[in-house]
Amino acid sequence: MGELMLGNKAFARGLYEAGCSVVSSYPGTPSTEVTEEAAKYDEIYCEWAPNEKVAMEVAFGASLAGKRSFCGMKHVGLNVAADPLFTCSYTGVNGGMVICVADDPGMHSSQNEQDSRHHAIASKIPMLEPSDSAEAYEFAKKAFELSEEYDTPVIIKMCTRVAHSQSIVEPGERVEPAAKPYEKNIAKYVMMPGNAIRRHPVIEERTGKLIALAESCEFNRVEMGDTALGIITSSTSYQYAKEVFGDKACILKLGMVNPLPEKLILDFAAKVDKLVILEELDPIIENHCKALGLCVTGKDVFPMEGEFSQSVVAQKLGMAVPESKTLDEQLPNRPPVMCAGCPHRGLFYTLSKNKCTVLGDIGCYTLGAVAPLSAMDMTLCMGASISSVHGFNKALGQESEGRTVAVIGDSTFMHSGMTGLANIAYNQSNSTVIILDNSITGMTGHQQNPTTGYNIKGDPAGKIDLEALCRAMGFQRVSVVDPYDLAECDRVLKEELKAAEPSVIISRRPCALLKYVKHNKPLVVAEDKCKGCKSCMRLGCPAISIKNGKAAIDTTLCVGCGVCSQLCGFKALEHAE
Amino acid sequence: MTKNVMIVGVGGQGSLLASKLLGKLLLNEGYDVKVSEVHGMSQRGGSVVTYVRFGEKVYSPIIDKGEADFIVSFEQLEAARYLEYLRPDGRIVTNTQQIDPMPVITGAMQYPQDLIGKLRAKGVAVDAMDCLALAEQAGSSKAVNIVLMGRLSKYFDMSVEKWEKAIEECVPAKFLELNKRAFELGRKAEA
Repeated sequence: MGELMLGNKAFARGLYEAGCSVVSSYPGTPSTEVTEEAAKYDEIYCEWAPNEKVAMEVAFGASLAGKRSFCGMKHVGLNVAADPLFTCSYTGVNGGMVICVADDPGMHSSQNEQDSRHHAIASKIPMLEPSDSAEAYEFAKKAFELSEEYDTPVIIKMCTRVAHSQSIVEPGERVEPAAKPYEKNIAKYVMMPGNAIRRHPVIEERTGKLIALAESCEFNRVEMGDTALGIITSSTSYQYAKEVFGDKACILKLGMVNPLPEKLILDFAAKVDKLVILEELDPIIENHCKALGLCVTGKDVFPMEGEFSQSVVAQKLGMAVPESKTLDEQLPNRPPVMCAGCPHRGLFYTLSKNKCTVLGDIGCYTLGAVAPLSAMDMTLCMGASISSVHGFNKALGQESEGRTVAVIGDSTFMHSGMTGLANIAYNQSNSTVIILDNSITGMTGHQQNPTTGYNIKGDPAGKIDLEALCRAMGFQRVSVVDPYDLAECDRVLKEELKAAEPSVIISRRPCALLKYVKHNKPLVVAEDKCKGCKSCMRLGCPAISIKNGKAAIDTTLCVGCGVCSQLCGFKALEHAE
Repeated sequence: MTKNVMIVGVGGQGSLLASKLLGKLLLNEGYDVKVSEVHGMSQRGGSVVTYVRFGEKVYSPIIDKGEADFIVSFEQLEAARYLEYLRPDGRIVTNTQQIDPMPVITGAMQYPQDLIGKLRAKGVAVDAMDCLALAEQAGSSKAVNIVLMGRLSKYFDMSVEKWEKAIEECVPAKFLELNKRAFELGRKAEA
């Protein structure tokens, strides 16, 4: 009997069994658990890198040295790592190198829903796409063989429903790969023009060989059924097709999505009456089929955005979907919120109160944009808050300098905030940058980073001193505030906005969900004092509501942070005795 | 025939143990099983869903509208929210606990009244219990998930022994007796 395994855990098992020995990644939903699970094997060196570009370069270095290596990231992380990606395609590998990129159709936890297959095509790197945990496990193992045989990094594309679904896997044993000694090879590994010019044709030749492989490889398979309908598909779309049609349609299931086969597709198309292409996001298989001269149904009926499901497939192909009931009233929705006791809340309240323009960043604190705080004007990508506040202030000068801030988390600052800060120090805009230091990478589920002092296994590690770093860049004004102290936050914010030079405010308090954080007893409402003025409600704390005209504390949620009591003019919110 | 169980609740309520338990139980029974979860931003106090599907061969990892045989809910409003996913002959097993969502907290909307009654008026089979009280009776407010599983077990063919074996495989030994009590209380509660 097999074991029920999360797709990401199965992937990690595959890495382990294939003899992978170096892993470097940056966390990003839905990719994070591949690396967290890999870190549980003593045979693999694992680390969280400051960002995806660093992670990929670490994995490349390990490959160059002759070891099997891996780096994992979410779809937008691959944009950050695109620089090494495009050129390690040219150098090829020594030890096998596998890259995981996890897409997030439907944007469960992402700022866009780009299709990572474009990166594989553009960088001319083969891409495998598993459709369940068993394939994630198998493909991870086989990707190393492919990498070494074809002298290329290999990308495995996951998506939320493969990464975060559990299905049955039958694990095997780890096999140590044969040693691949490092040999100096300037023509292959030093990518200056004279060498890169000679490598490019090698890559084109490699793509030709990979297309030949795609025609007959084990990753692509035909399942014959009724020839009235043929479906070409991959990933979870394959599962939805099987759910709807079972064995009643012909399916060409592609496990290798770059490069795509030609003869295999043409032969399949010749056997069926109608050809449907089932792929989430962009029409990549579809356009390939059209270039082969085939007439297909694809994005003319299926959406470009969001996730598919069995009902989407059935409905768009004109079939019935199950009936269901609904209530006759509109129910209040339940959007994600900053947790009770979240240290970011006090700081965002202060920004909201001071009517600041807030250029935001990526993390839990993006939820500062949610009502009632609504204290964010922009979120773009990792690190953009700092670079953009500089641009904003250069554009508007004194008009914006005194009321505009960048907010960025500790992990995001390490990821790509430092270079933006260097730009402010160098090109001198009078900008105010707030680093929300909650001592962890929060949104992705508590990963360590270079500011926390611990590594991926929880052991003591190097710790970057944020104050010293900012001062070393030339910032004279660096202050630290406790976001639970609203008066102090307000005073420091006003001072730094007023100052005639750039400044950094570090808002420091650990995430309230961290195990080592001690909580106070829940606050108590003194009903005789509460006037029902709703001042405390301006915080948007999920533990506070108004019941019968008075404030009420949900004692199962309240962690006793006391920020609300600082807003109460009637001293009605009290710490328990 | 594939059977579908949806587990819904509020991020942070601990639905992962419930799906882990179901997964173990169904795997022990020899079924093909798929469990699908959502991580990341929605875990921050948002509405969360886990899909558990089992049968001879399971393809899709998700449950679509009108497909769930059971909706197991940690919170009333969430039970009502996912009604569309229930088969017309399906059953809701829910905790009666109410957790105000942000639009209610800010006063923009009211928490709907008598949701259980409205669901029953629509002809929906609903088992509603104060699982928090039952869990506390068993020894810990954290055992709400096992109380709900106890109730769900009434509608499964498997013996109590098989459920208890799956619980043993999922919880630390020192909490085993507590969880067995919570299971029993959920199974036998008035609903």
